[in-house]
Amino acid sequence: MKKAFVLAAISAALACGTAQAQQMNLKIGVLTDMSSLYADLGGQGSVAAAKLAIADFVKDHPNFKVDVVSGDHQNKPDIGTNMANQWFDVDKVDAIFDVPNSGVALAVNEVARSKNKVLVDSGAASSDLTGAKCSPNTVHWTYDTWMLANGTGKAIVKNGGTTWFFLTADYAFGHALERDTSAVVEKNGGKVLGKVRHPLNTNDFSSFLLQAQASKAKVIGLANAGGDTINSIKQAAEFGIVKGGQSLAGLLVFSSDVASLGLPTAQGLTLTATWYWDQTDANRAWAKRWQAERNAAGKIPTMVQAGVYAGVLHYLKAVAALKSAADGKAVVAKMKELPTDDPLFGKGSIRADGRKLHNAYLYEVKKPAESKHAGDFYKVLATIPAAEAFRPLNEGGCSLVKG
Amino acid sequence: MEQVAEAPLRAAAPARTRSETIAFLIMAAILIIAPFFTYPLFLMQVMCFALFACAFNLLIGYVGLLSFGHALYFGWASYVCAHAAKVWGLTPELAIIAGTLTAAGLGLIAGLLAIRRQGIYFAMITLALAQMMYFFALQAKFTGGEDGIQGVPRGKLFGVFDLGHTMTMYVVVLVIFLGCFLLIHRIINSPFGEVLKAIRENEARAISLGYKTDRYKLMAFVLSATLAGTAGATKAIVLQIASLTDVNWPMSGEVVLMTLVGGLGTIFGPVIGAFVILTMQYKLAPVGEWVLVIQGVIFVACVLLFRRGIVGELARIFKIKL
Amino acid sequence: MFEIFGIPSQALFGQLLIGLINGSFYALLSLGLAVIFGMLNIINFAHGAQYMLAAFAAYILLTTLDIGYWPALIIAPLIVGAFGMVLERTMLQWLYKLDHLYGLLLTFGLALIIEGTARNFYGSAGLPYRVPDSLQGGQNLGFMFLPNYRAWVIVASMIVCFGTWFMIERTRLGAYLRAATENPTLVRAFGINVPRMITLTYGFGVALAALAGVMAAPIYNVSPQMGSELIIVVFAVVVIGGMGSILGAIITGFGLGVIEGLTKVFFPEASSTVIFVIMAIVLLVRPSGLFGRRI
Repeated sequence: MKKAFVLAAISAALACGTAQAQQMNLKIGVLTDMSSLYADLGGQGSVAAAKLAIADFVKDHPNFKVDVVSGDHQNKPDIGTNMANQWFDVDKVDAIFDVPNSGVALAVNEVARSKNKVLVDSGAASSDLTGAKCSPNTVHWTYDTWMLANGTGKAIVKNGGTTWFFLTADYAFGHALERDTSAVVEKNGGKVLGKVRHPLNTNDFSSFLLQAQASKAKVIGLANAGGDTINSIKQAAEFGIVKGGQSLAGLLVFSSDVASLGLPTAQGLTLTATWYWDQTDANRAWAKRWQAERNAAGKIPTMVQAGVYAGVLHYLKAVAALKSAADGKAVVAKMKELPTDDPLFGKGSIRADGRKLHNAYLYEVKKPAESKHAGDFYKVLATIPAAEAFRPLNEGGCSLVKG
Repeated sequence: MEQVAEAPLRAAAPARTRSETIAFLIMAAILIIAPFFTYPLFLMQVMCFALFACAFNLLIGYVGLLSFGHALYFGWASYVCAHAAKVWGLTPELAIIAGTLTAAGLGLIAGLLAIRRQGIYFAMITLALAQMMYFFALQAKFTGGEDGIQGVPRGKLFGVFDLGHTMTMYVVVLVIFLGCFLLIHRIINSPFGEVLKAIRENEARAISLGYKTDRYKLMAFVLSATLAGTAGATKAIVLQIASLTDVNWPMSGEVVLMTLVGGLGTIFGPVIGAFVILTMQYKLAPVGEWVLVIQGVIFVACVLLFRRGIVGELARIFKIKL
Repeated sequence: MFEIFGIPSQALFGQLLIGLINGSFYALLSLGLAVIFGMLNIINFAHGAQYMLAAFAAYILLTTLDIGYWPALIIAPLIVGAFGMVLERTMLQWLYKLDHLYGLLLTFGLALIIEGTARNFYGSAGLPYRVPDSLQGGQNLGFMFLPNYRAWVIVASMIVCFGTWFMIERTRLGAYLRAATENPTLVRAFGINVPRMITLTYGFGVALAALAGVMAAPIYNVSPQMGSELIIVVFAVVVIGGMGSILGAIITGFGLGVIEGLTKVFFPEASSTVIFVIMAIVLLVRPSGLFGRRI
């Protein structure tokens, strides 16, 4: 009894004290893959990134109190939908972050729209999030399939990889990546000979790889991600596909994938990304903090995790400017209105369709001999300026774009 | 001949109905009050799964046939319903009927194949057929593969009542659930139901009494599949998504578990079982994969120690029929 | 490079090879199921989980104790087989007098426990298990590239399958087993400890699954759901072959693997459903299965 009274008194006092400083209590959710093939590129690492962003923001805005909840969508759209509904309805979550797996992201996109909350997606790739399925409640932060196709696809065709066969993850993301890359290949004079779709999270690629081999295409485009990409690259080596003269194009390769493939297998891969931990001093410093927060020395953060950090930071800035998080549409509108500026992606902006704009880079994976320290994976081949890196605003078919 | 078989079963009938009526009224009352205290979306899911489990129980509890592939009817009904509502633009009641009819058709085909074998084989065949249709759902265009059918509109019931309102939706689900529950109760206590129970107890004897048991079994199978379909279709409208989870084998296992926990062959058992299992999943969601382990442990415990299930044990203790 | 029916030979033989490999696993698993069913009258739903458990055992042996593939090929089946015998003694044996369906339900529960535990500790992404050094690389046969390890899997599983068949059908021990299946009371009257025989049989059936699990590790990666994906197909294989015959289980396993492989060449969309379709047809034509005893 006594204890309860004291507690009540303290909280009353706190409430009084903070009322003047306009206390803001927010709750954000990190919905990600905690246990499966994308857990390394998002997962707990994304939660850690969100916590870093909150810490950085609250330092300057002591009147903010931001709680984080996190959940595992298991790469199943129905679980993602269910969890998002519950977070918004019961747990009073204001915004959801990360959501790798485009299928789940598109589902959560609908939930956020219907409940007028916010989705700041970092992990999903499908360019439909800012195209046909775009929403006034969604910001797509880190990268997308159009950008990947435009970077890696174009570079490979220009280097003589003119005939393609796709090995595609059979869901929203794979389809989008295959579609966007095919368009780029054909636009640059290449030809797509065929494709085969494999289920998400496949362990045995042998029969798909044999079909790719039989196609005699010069390039086998891997329109998959995470564990699927790792497995297909490894098993292609087992069946002597690269020795047979065909080359593999990892259309979406994360630094976590390179880490688990190892440089001897991954060397020479060309890939497009928007963030690499060893590129600037600011990135390296952040990576160190992230490792401490994540409690995993030696692990290196991916662009998805960096995107979660930057996204959370910008979201909080918009809420601070609005002084309210209640109206999701208004918050996203504010996010689009304010220029973005963070230590990882630098200065940038968010377009009317929800697309965050920043530079993209074409990297090549180093040879083992060139790598000087742990995690020293990439060298930069080219920088694609923000204006060219993403799909032109009027080509996406987003209903938010006027004209 | 038939009267000889049914007479002893019917004799016990009048005494047991009162406890069932009271229990039904309590259940209905709870479900009417509950949404004011609990998350309605969760309750709607419970009712969908309770109906699913009741439909499944019709088969295992009253005919003694263990179908390990009931996700097939649940999941496919939900796909067809979602497709009908989203792409064909049907009103929700028509979409649910479309899903239900699909399940009935699938139940007829699968039933014709499966009842050719008994016992364990029956279980394996139903499981394998369901898995075949799972792979079909994975590849078919209209199901959306891994993405499922998302953004299913709830629409307007009869073109009038907007189901976008949670409470309207809740009332619809409640009516569907209670209606189907009463229907199942009616089936079980009809002469048809008595024959089913006779088959469960001793099929050879039922055959020797002149019953075409295969035909009875098939009818029960189709009925069970149809009602499972109603549950799946309703769930698609409630959650506005149809996905692979509903058609995959763990879903078949889950409905077995719900029924087993509640009590095989008890009319209220599946409802309690569905409530217990879903609450567990809901509460334990933060611990992630342990849910699977706990479900397994419950399975093992039920089989080894509580084969009557919760309701079965209650009925035994209080010597009533539930 | 030549072509057969317009299909490049590389693709055809490659897919046939993959079919044979899958068939090896079908055969080993359905053989184990048949052995267990014959003796215990229980469909071991945990069979897939035990197969997966052995793959994890091999993985753990390698990563923590640095014990490689070849020793693991012996150790893992022993561990998992022993684990199976413990399950039989502590749980399964109480169900023999009940409806057989309870055995199915119990083993299903066990499968969930095993799979859930594995997922908790290792996530659901596949973990890589290296092909042993002695079987690295492959042979270029001209018409196709044959990885050494896969060739080994086919040969090894054929040897194990036919060894088992020989033991059961042609040795004295096997004769006891078959007799105990037919009439346990009579065999007991001959002074044979039937319960112990049942325990050992279950352990043996599980060990067969475990052996398959270790052999599968370098091919499919080690993942918690590798068993449940496989076991349902194996159920269909068992329904097609019928439970009565050991040889039937083996032949059906390999045969269906090959048919599946061919489907991948000529009609890839149907490759994951072909076995189930065959099952449906067999049920219509011969409900007791190709090699099953008529009922």
